[in-house]
Amino acid sequence: MTRRVAAIAFNTFREAVRDRVLYNLIFFALLLVAMAPLLGQISIGVQRVLLVNLSLSAISVFGTIISIFLGISLVSKEIEKRTLYPVLSRPVGRGEFIVGKYFGLSGTLFVNTVAMSLGFYIALFIMSGRLGRADANVLLGIYFILLQFLVIIGLALLFSSFSTPIMSALFALAMFVAGSFAGDLRAFAAMTHGPGKWMALATSYVIPNLASLNVMTRVAHDQFIPASLVLYNTLYAICYSAATIAAALLLFSRRDLK
Amino acid sequence: MLAVEILGFEKTYAAGFWRKKRKVGLRPLHLDVNQGEVFGFLGPNGAGKTTTLKLLMGLISPTAGSARIFGRHWREPQVRSRIGFLPEQPYFYDHLTPIELLNYYGALSGMSRDDLRARIPKLLERVGLADQGTVQLRKFSKGMLQRVGIAQAVIHDPELVFLDEPMSGLDPLGRREVREFIESLNAEGKTVFFSTHILSDAEALCDRVAVMNKGELRGVGVVAELVSQKSGRVEIVWQGKDAIPAVQALHAECHVAGETVRASIPESQLYAALDALRRQQARLIAVNPVGGSLENYFLQKLGVPAEAEQ
Repeated sequence: MTRRVAAIAFNTFREAVRDRVLYNLIFFALLLVAMAPLLGQISIGVQRVLLVNLSLSAISVFGTIISIFLGISLVSKEIEKRTLYPVLSRPVGRGEFIVGKYFGLSGTLFVNTVAMSLGFYIALFIMSGRLGRADANVLLGIYFILLQFLVIIGLALLFSSFSTPIMSALFALAMFVAGSFAGDLRAFAAMTHGPGKWMALATSYVIPNLASLNVMTRVAHDQFIPASLVLYNTLYAICYSAATIAAALLLFSRRDLK
Repeated sequence: MLAVEILGFEKTYAAGFWRKKRKVGLRPLHLDVNQGEVFGFLGPNGAGKTTTLKLLMGLISPTAGSARIFGRHWREPQVRSRIGFLPEQPYFYDHLTPIELLNYYGALSGMSRDDLRARIPKLLERVGLADQGTVQLRKFSKGMLQRVGIAQAVIHDPELVFLDEPMSGLDPLGRREVREFIESLNAEGKTVFFSTHILSDAEALCDRVAVMNKGELRGVGVVAELVSQKSGRVEIVWQGKDAIPAVQALHAECHVAGETVRASIPESQLYAALDALRRQQARLIAVNPVGGSLENYFLQKLGVPAEAEQ
């Protein structure tokens, strides 16, 4: 089973690489180069905050776009092009296929994020001449962005398992936007009463809590990130992704392939 | 032992805007395929051939019914590793090369890396793609993709191979190569189940055929018996239109193409017809007995009168 999942995951990764998905790294490098003259005109402390904020935002935006737009076609494209037929006619379970696809795209995002992070640290080193403890703290921000990708890929995969790519893209984008305001929705639920309170609360638990995974500003200002938040976010991302994969499998296992 | 036993497969689809209407894809189907035979699954477009193959491959679920492959439930993973499948008009990951694709499918079929390393070059050689192994599939023609499709279907050396319209869209040379490949599989003792609407291919390759139409099995026959049946008629071919009225008077039906006339007559009228041709000084080209043909059987099962009977 592990070998079949690994084969599907590697094929998904290879497809993304050969479809030139990693070309976004060039845009990221160009962005860093374009920022250089701007950074030269401001003070050293602000320079760092700006570089961290812009770099992490770019890592997040590029990664989210890749997660959604590759994620929504993970299953539907295979059905549409019928590349799935020779796969599922072999001793491959539909669950193995779904899990392999998930790991394949997660691996792509991991490599992409690692490459961008290296670019960021090189730029930071060139700017400040050294790397300190506060800079290591940025790694936590990057780690949380990766967790965010895991959640978004799970959602995109779920929508891809039963819907068309266009509808999946709309659903996934809507969930991403709503998830970015999950904290506000919970705050609203705490302030209101009656059925509205329960609806807001229920919705806030269904949509992904992406707001909690966003610590970019905090790491840019070298604020302390508690270990409990790291643990909570890790568990949350794992559980949420597992739930979306399970739902995707449930829907996909009943689906007739046209 | 039976290779395939289809036990009442049935498929209906929800149709219409509210999905309340039912569209029949396959009526209850009972069919056996013997081990080691080449079995042709015939029928016009929309007959239910691909639906049956998709059901057997587990790509869609039956509304009712079940199947056994080599005596086991058709959806068992152990069964899957003993079968190969070529879908209709196959499309593969075009970012891969044939070697990468075969490695991928081989790994999914449970083959070891050593086995794959030994088998892939031989298989590419066999399908005529030995020097295209490292070219991405996006640069392949339809015929080359069909060869890759056949290679992936047999990469794990299955005992039973399902081919859905394997000759569809191929030029005569490509069709001949596929025919030869099916013959070689059969010579190795493998069971081949293939769907087609090209009757000459089925007649040349199959031990038995089943005829489907409108989601229903219309008949199963042994090809050798079907083609050896005597019809009691002979076909005469000659040049010279002047002889036509005399031959038609012998209850013959004549087809004219240019100067050449082709007539099907009762066997008892053969010598009378030859006399008539001699009297008119027509140039005799051929006299052939009209045997039973797969085409006649196919048309009969579809409820369409054969040409000779029209």
